[in-house]
Amino acid sequence: MSDTLDVVLRLLAVFVVFLVLPLVIGQTEHKVMAHMQGRLGPMYAGGFHGWAQLVADGVKFAQKEDIVPAGADRRIFQLAPAVALLPYLLVLVAIPVGPGNAVGQVVDAGIFFVLAVMGVGVLGSLMAGWASANKFSLLGGLRTAAQLMAYELPMLLAAASVAMAAGTVSLPGIVDAFHWWWVPWQIVGAVVFFVAGLAELQRPPFDMPVADSEIIFGAYTEYTGLRFALFLLSEYAGIVVLCGLTTVLFLGGWHGPFGADGLGWLWTLLKTAVLAFVVIWLRVTYPRLREDQLQKLAWTALIPLALAQIALTGVVKVVTQ
Amino acid sequence: MTGAMTTLAASTAPHGFLSPTGVEIVFLLVGLATLGAAVVTVTTKQLVHAALWLVVALGGLAVEYLLLTAEFIAWVQVLIYVGSVVVLLLFGLMLTKAPIGRSPDADSGNRWAALGVAAAAAAALVWVVVDAFRTTWIGLDGDAPQGTTKVSGEILFRHWVLPFEALSVLLLAALVGAIVLSRKRDKEGER
Repeated sequence: MSDTLDVVLRLLAVFVVFLVLPLVIGQTEHKVMAHMQGRLGPMYAGGFHGWAQLVADGVKFAQKEDIVPAGADRRIFQLAPAVALLPYLLVLVAIPVGPGNAVGQVVDAGIFFVLAVMGVGVLGSLMAGWASANKFSLLGGLRTAAQLMAYELPMLLAAASVAMAAGTVSLPGIVDAFHWWWVPWQIVGAVVFFVAGLAELQRPPFDMPVADSEIIFGAYTEYTGLRFALFLLSEYAGIVVLCGLTTVLFLGGWHGPFGADGLGWLWTLLKTAVLAFVVIWLRVTYPRLREDQLQKLAWTALIPLALAQIALTGVVKVVTQ
Repeated sequence: MTGAMTTLAASTAPHGFLSPTGVEIVFLLVGLATLGAAVVTVTTKQLVHAALWLVVALGGLAVEYLLLTAEFIAWVQVLIYVGSVVVLLLFGLMLTKAPIGRSPDADSGNRWAALGVAAAAAAALVWVVVDAFRTTWIGLDGDAPQGTTKVSGEILFRHWVLPFEALSVLLLAALVGAIVLSRKRDKEGER
């Protein structure tokens, strides 16, 4: 019985994290963008620093009418937001936050589980793009698919490099094997992984699948109200997952200069938060790449870099053993 | 998920075909769902729906692997087939502007030949598996689980290295062939 209770409590904790952290990142994005770009809008609602902006957004989304275009494929159109969001919930289950047993569920082949399930989320955008019966949505869907095919490979290769270094594919196992000198050793892989992850999430500067100023939010053009909010939420959940994964794989998770026993989960959260800030910072700073520039970056820069990282990992591994 | 699974698998101590355990019943039900999805995939007249039903069928297969404790194979199945192959399929369908609703021409005259080939392939595979294992009973639980990453890796790289490498050369040849074919078409387009 206590086993069942344990599982239920863990899943509940993961669910709470899934509900809270993406919203925190959404709120942070409002504020950081407002400060960096001198945007006045998000700073008013509720008085101090516009704290109520997120609440106002939520109320607005909930009030909007849920519209399905007449020419759309109804069922797939309505199913798409769930397909986009749920994989990130599943992935969170496997990300360890602290030493010992501080993980929703230990998955033996953790890296593969995480990357596989994250890839499924993209199906949501594709379904939305096709089912909307709108040429902008279709273009957005096409760009999403092209982007995924370009970025899945470098992401996998970078993750494989860490798995080689640690000698295991389980996420807690990788963090257990971590030493501080892994950071300079795996830095190229880390950058490749992070950049490829940004592209998979369609975050700026890789947001041409949504590109509001050319194809009007791509696959999400026809969505309103709560379904649109679910797509936005899946983007923020994706940021949490990507930053958490980069922390776990490349930055040593709960290892820190001090306080590793007991307060390790704080290190994980702190590193994740810093990375999430970087994600927002990049959005504010960089212009959008063109689709062909992105493909070129992926195939001529990221994949060779990832392969070089794997070679380096292999050489170091053989020499030190 | 896996925790619940191992507890299920742990209860398979007395084995027999007349008193199925929970995990065996689940295996059968998931198998039926997978079969249903696969049949819909090849019979539906809506192209994109066919691709999405294929996702269901492939996902069902991944669940079957999980139930057999072959975790690694299950995740790779999702990664390669659902994450890449189906995305590629959908990409192709979108490029050709697959219509919403029925495609009147989504009906092949080869369907009986295809059915024959499928039946022959299925018969061959089933025969090979049945002939190879006969009545061998492979326990899913115990000290050395059969499907973990470690066991799969050791089997693959100790006992089956040569077929593995031969396969990768074959894939490389296919890759090079694809590049050659696409370059040739480029030249014809220029003329």
